[in-house]
Amino acid sequence: MIDLDDTDRALLRALSRDAGQSAGALGRALGLSQPATWRRVRRLEDARVLAGRRIVVDREALGFGVTVFLGIKLATKGRVSLEDFERAVTAIPEVQVVQHVLGLFDYRLRVVARDLADFERVLRRRIMTLPAVGQVEANVLLSEERRPGPLG
Amino acid sequence: MLDDTDRRLLRNLLADAAVATATLAERAGVTTATCWRRLERLRAAGVIQGEEAVIDWRQLGYEVEVSLRFTLDKTHPRSFDEFIAAARNVPEVIGIETFLGRVDVRLNVIARDMRHYQEVYRDRILSLPHIADIEALMLVATIKDEGALPV
Repeated sequence: MIDLDDTDRALLRALSRDAGQSAGALGRALGLSQPATWRRVRRLEDARVLAGRRIVVDREALGFGVTVFLGIKLATKGRVSLEDFERAVTAIPEVQVVQHVLGLFDYRLRVVARDLADFERVLRRRIMTLPAVGQVEANVLLSEERRPGPLG
Repeated sequence: MLDDTDRRLLRNLLADAAVATATLAERAGVTTATCWRRLERLRAAGVIQGEEAVIDWRQLGYEVEVSLRFTLDKTHPRSFDEFIAAARNVPEVIGIETFLGRVDVRLNVIARDMRHYQEVYRDRILSLPHIADIEALMLVATIKDEGALPV
């Protein structure tokens, strides 16, 4: 496992807020030279701590006004049903996230839709028809916030 | 308004934000200059709000990730605000979401191992204000995690 110093942590905090900054701008904010910043970013990427970058979009401006989290319990379990379910659910374009979990549900999905009527269509035509799907619970996302986590 | 070119650019960018502009232009079937101009416009219009780094907490030794679902005591008018303000002070909380449904708030909590999780849960989570009920889902595996939108 990679060892981080305070500068690495500050760098990760800055990048998780805004990954679009140049190495020069990042360095200035942290009191590092541009090459030193670049070397540190490279090291964090090589260690897979920085696993990638992602653009943040205004989902509503793109016509996706509704995000729903679904908890799904499978009706039948067994290796085959897990594999069939996972294959089918990951192929649904409206499903952004699929997590296998332990607890009240077997899977947790993040689903985007244009509006509630569109969500109903996705739920009925795509989710309820998945192989082995049992109980489904839906919660509509109102707000979300990413936190810097244990970096500070 | 977005046209087909904007949508193609966004589709590609959502799938791979680290892509070079020249490659992105090629994938979307436009010139590099057009690609630059379009991206500038999408940023100026606030459609693209920014870019954030994805941190893999496992690589930093956080092996446990738990989704904690809370029902809050809604008889207090400020229960949501006070709960969320307190949750922001827990370093192991990496995400806070509010919902309409059976769940009011969800916290994404990470820990180095189960012992550490138990510590965080007992000392920092259970002491959060206005909790009526908690359910935990422990992450076994992430099968799919894409920022992609079917634009």
